[in-house]
Amino acid sequence: MKESFSEKLFNYTNLGLLLLIGLVSLFPFYYIIVVSFTDSKSFISNSLTLYPKNFTLDAYRYIFSTKTFTNSLGVSAYLAVVGTALSLIVSAAFGYMVSRKRLYGRKFFMIALVITLLFNPGIIPHYLLIKEMGLMNSTWSIILPGLLSAWNAILLKTFFDGIPESLEESAFIDGANDIRIFFQIILPLSLPALAAFGLFFAVGYWNTFFQAVMYITDSTKWPLQVLLQAMLVESSTGIADAGVASQMASEQQVTPEIIKMAAIVVATVPILLVYPFLQKHFAKGVMLGSVKG
Amino acid sequence: MSVMEERAGIGNTPYKPLKSRRRSVWASIKRDRYLYLLGLPGLICLILFKYVPMWGVIIAFQNYSPFLGFGASEWVGMEHFQRLFANPDFAVLFRNTLAINLMGLFLFFPVPIILALMMNEVRQQVFKRVVQSIVYLPHFLSWVIIAGLTFTMFATGEGLVNKVLEQWGLSRVEWLTTPGYFWAFLTGQSIWKEAGWGTIIFLAAIAGVDPQQYEAARMDGASRLRQIWHITLPAIRNVVVILLILRMGNMMDVGFEQVFLMQNSLVSSVSEVFDTYVYRVGIQQSEFSYSTAVGLFKSVVGLILVMGSNYLAKKFGNEGFF
Repeated sequence: MKESFSEKLFNYTNLGLLLLIGLVSLFPFYYIIVVSFTDSKSFISNSLTLYPKNFTLDAYRYIFSTKTFTNSLGVSAYLAVVGTALSLIVSAAFGYMVSRKRLYGRKFFMIALVITLLFNPGIIPHYLLIKEMGLMNSTWSIILPGLLSAWNAILLKTFFDGIPESLEESAFIDGANDIRIFFQIILPLSLPALAAFGLFFAVGYWNTFFQAVMYITDSTKWPLQVLLQAMLVESSTGIADAGVASQMASEQQVTPEIIKMAAIVVATVPILLVYPFLQKHFAKGVMLGSVKG
Repeated sequence: MSVMEERAGIGNTPYKPLKSRRRSVWASIKRDRYLYLLGLPGLICLILFKYVPMWGVIIAFQNYSPFLGFGASEWVGMEHFQRLFANPDFAVLFRNTLAINLMGLFLFFPVPIILALMMNEVRQQVFKRVVQSIVYLPHFLSWVIIAGLTFTMFATGEGLVNKVLEQWGLSRVEWLTTPGYFWAFLTGQSIWKEAGWGTIIFLAAIAGVDPQQYEAARMDGASRLRQIWHITLPAIRNVVVILLILRMGNMMDVGFEQVFLMQNSLVSSVSEVFDTYVYRVGIQQSEFSYSTAVGLFKSVVGLILVMGSNYLAKKFGNEGFF
């Protein structure tokens, strides 16, 4: 069918606007990457930096040479790996339990789960609990409360709903118990969904900020986001100038701005790396769920 | 894929019910003991990290002392709530929380809908997929990174926008320390971070529309805009209504991290919301009981709003959320 003029106009306007929106979404990334590779002298002398002038890796070399940054990177990586693995197992096992229709008390567990979504007692009781448990300044203060994510457990339950109980029947007859069935049949069967949820958990742990601010006061144990906050936010409003980045910079010949940009880039790269997988698996998981349900 | 299908195929064998004779509850629990064992770690977490803190709100009615603990602390009834309502801060907290949410409602809420409508009209599938990937991306960044990017763009000293303004011979603007801009910045950040992600649900709703409807409309000579108006919009109306109602239920919630990271002493009059206030008074100043009362007030109002919005959603002929 031949397109009319107004049809064409509509199409091109639409494409143009979407292109613009895409550029607005991407521009901040582009800008920080460019700045992070620019050398200090050009950054200060040229008021605008829209492509890397005098390409240099100084800022990256610098942040990776500091103990503060590499420590925080390690803490965040540890949180993302250990936290994700444990959360995934605990949430999936709970979701699986409440998805089995034969289970006595199933409704009770579901209601107990949903109530936690409705009523949030606020941060102080949580804070006091962590303190009482002696978990302050420990990464467990971040991992343990996140092991059962009510929301994810419900979504996982919905996914497991699609797996008929008769599937376990033959395994039962062969003498396997529920734990074996869960680990050897259900989990392998659910890999695409697990990948999607795992990556969501991982992004969550990687981005953990608020809990870390509350529970981790020892700066050598700060996860990356807290260090970034100290570097980026505390020194950026022009009120407090003695931020971590300027301290770092004064020891070196790199402008604090450029160090900040490099830090943002490093903190974002892992997400950019897992992102394509996340998309793929998410789509797969959703499709699988709909086919079976 | 083949493995998945093969295994899924097992599930298609005729369903054999468990032995149908009546079992007592005990026998059923005993039969499923390993299933309970699987759920046990999650159950412990649920009790410990969700229900114990709910019990912990009783300190809002005490003068809680960490040395005496829950049991021995002095009971003071509603004293902390009276203190909150008498405090001039209360009106400011309420106004800020509500204002930020209303800004979000009017400025943020329509954006994903419009964006989804626009993406749906794209015929070039590759282009569409690329744009989608790009606009989803900011959703996965932390608020710390978003705040950092905002400062990179708008800081007074080295911010890009101010550099451009200066280049053009205009004077620099104190974007981040002027109270008048604060709410707009929060809304703008939310749009940049979440608008793209928000399109997913609308695109899913649009995908359910029968293509024949468009075909028929085109035969009748309807323009693309008319097709959007008469076919696509009605198709997503239910989702829009539900999300709108759901949002009403969250009027008391303002993302703590976002506000906390954007706060500074010059904008404190417009930036303090219930959550940041609880953090500042409770954790930084160790006023546990009073700040728990503030948090509890917020939670109860939030609970009422959520229940109310769920009721509304059901009235609209939907299943509701719970």
